[in-house]
Amino acid sequence: MKRVYAKEEVCAGCKLCEVYCATAHSEYPNSIIKAFLKQETKPVARILVEGNQSLTFALQCRHCEDANCTKACITGAMHKDPETGIVINDESRCVGCWTCILACPYGAIKRNENGRKVASKCDLCSDSGEIPICVQKCPNEALVFMEVSEGGK
Amino acid sequence: MAISMQMPDFLIERDQNRCIKCKVCVSQCANGVHVWDEDENKVIANEEKCVDCHRCVVYCPTHALNIKKAPLEFKENAYWNADAIRGITKQAEGGGVLLTSMGNNKPLPVYWDRMLLNASQVTNPSIDPLREPMEIKTFLGRKPDSVKIKDGKLVEKLPPQLEINMPIMFAAMSFGAISLNATKSLAKAAEACGTMWNTGEGGLHSDCYQYGKNTIVQVASGRFGVHAKYLEAGSAIEIKIGQGAKPGIGGHLPGEKVGQEISETRMVPIGSDAISPAPHHDIYSIEDLRQLIYALKEATRYEKPISVKISAVHNVAAIASGVVRAGADILVIDGIRGGTGAAPLRTRDSVGIPTELALAAVDSRLREEGIRNHASLVVAGGIRNSADVIKAIALGADACYIGSAALIALGCHMCQTCHTGKCNWGICTQDPKLVKRLNPEIGAKRLTNLINAWSHEIKEILGGMGINALESLRGNRLMIRGVGLSDRECKILGILPAGE
Repeated sequence: MKRVYAKEEVCAGCKLCEVYCATAHSEYPNSIIKAFLKQETKPVARILVEGNQSLTFALQCRHCEDANCTKACITGAMHKDPETGIVINDESRCVGCWTCILACPYGAIKRNENGRKVASKCDLCSDSGEIPICVQKCPNEALVFMEVSEGGK
Repeated sequence: MAISMQMPDFLIERDQNRCIKCKVCVSQCANGVHVWDEDENKVIANEEKCVDCHRCVVYCPTHALNIKKAPLEFKENAYWNADAIRGITKQAEGGGVLLTSMGNNKPLPVYWDRMLLNASQVTNPSIDPLREPMEIKTFLGRKPDSVKIKDGKLVEKLPPQLEINMPIMFAAMSFGAISLNATKSLAKAAEACGTMWNTGEGGLHSDCYQYGKNTIVQVASGRFGVHAKYLEAGSAIEIKIGQGAKPGIGGHLPGEKVGQEISETRMVPIGSDAISPAPHHDIYSIEDLRQLIYALKEATRYEKPISVKISAVHNVAAIASGVVRAGADILVIDGIRGGTGAAPLRTRDSVGIPTELALAAVDSRLREEGIRNHASLVVAGGIRNSADVIKAIALGADACYIGSAALIALGCHMCQTCHTGKCNWGICTQDPKLVKRLNPEIGAKRLTNLINAWSHEIKEILGGMGINALESLRGNRLMIRGVGLSDRECKILGILPAGE
């Protein structure tokens, strides 16, 4: 399956991916200003720029083949789509117990406590059917969306 | 400490109705202008540190930012203007030579803009470059006085020539002055376009040997990174005598920029200042220059053209004649608008002469002396667009170097603070955090786009003149008319005034 890979050697650490991700998953997916200033709660990004000095890169769910989070989930909300391979959290079933957060080896799942407590994670913008927004909007092309076999690490 | 009298040059406007507090501006400003204020829960600006590079403006996802000239005015004075007062204030507080970067920004006459091109009407047909082939391929190097042809082939072998697909090359910019990613962008683009990039005086990084075919390697007064393999690596060798931005002055790469990579490439210890002396210590005459030219020719078995780059100064025509007689195959004239990674302000702004006048004077002189074919003429120093290239060719140049224009294509916004080493666009810096902001893949693409766009425009303008090969325009000054120029200026440029 296609995944998002970070090219840390050209990541500027600007965190625009976080801004666009948060917007795309907000109540106002087409307006950054509305998402951040009009929505009652702060929109949560599902991608996180990790950094230390000159090393920076964006990290999001790796959509593991054998995903720990899906096994740890007590309600079955966290599941791997058998067709697409995307690991998705069905928020209607999530109870916000955070077991998945404990189980994720990448720290790629976040708490969303804006409304009802739910786990929040990258869905590869699967609703849009397009290239994930973080990849589209990365100003330095430091994120790529590709098959592992195409050279992703 | 006594109060500083230096006030901010710029005013930063932040539209609070658009600011989403994402702090992208905070992370992207290496000058520390934007700061997150925890108490106020908003971003504030230290405007005195702003250099107007637009990084924050371009990266702000909601276009909440705008940078304006600071509205603070000095009392109106046509002589003691703001520039004059600020310069003195700065030196009174710092006590040093005023440093600046990039090219001369003074309102000197821009002769390119006072020269207008011709086009065909009725009596001779113009050519549509989309329908008919247009030749802009260029060969740089010594041309023989005459050629003998037998059975459709040249009898004698031509001296070594540099073949470029368009009359545009990337000017010398060293790894040290610019980042490795900027260097790689230039090299990749030169390869993609079939033209040349130039190492400058900083040696050739091991990653860039693969671009050797499209590389001109430079030998400057510091001899940094010069060794047999380096000379072999390029398609031509350039001896740098002078630089348009700072004629008569050497270079100084501060030790803090000399990290592992630069140290290896330049062959100097890590952390040591890399100082290029003002003169070559083995060149004090045309005869000395001839020795170096021939030493380099010997070292490369007379297989590569040798270029000599001089800055445009008062006696440029006579100097050029000497350089060509010394054996240079390519002569580069770098004018007063030429850029730099660091130069003393007063030198940059007051030393040298405009490229256009120097070019015309040199071309005329070499023709008068019957040695114009001995060397190709390349002009550098503030070439801004394809029309400047065309005008340069018509004045007598064989090709142009672009430096500043290439950097602008990479993202440079002409803030003229390269010397601080804090280039927010990752171009003129060695800070690893900033260098990675320039993705060489994107950089190469942008440069390739620029070169291709200019090449298209050159063909269009040539076609309009009814010319289908650039060779027919070279030194064809009848294709130019001057506007707003004195008789004397027209005479030096060798052109007629418009209307004649």
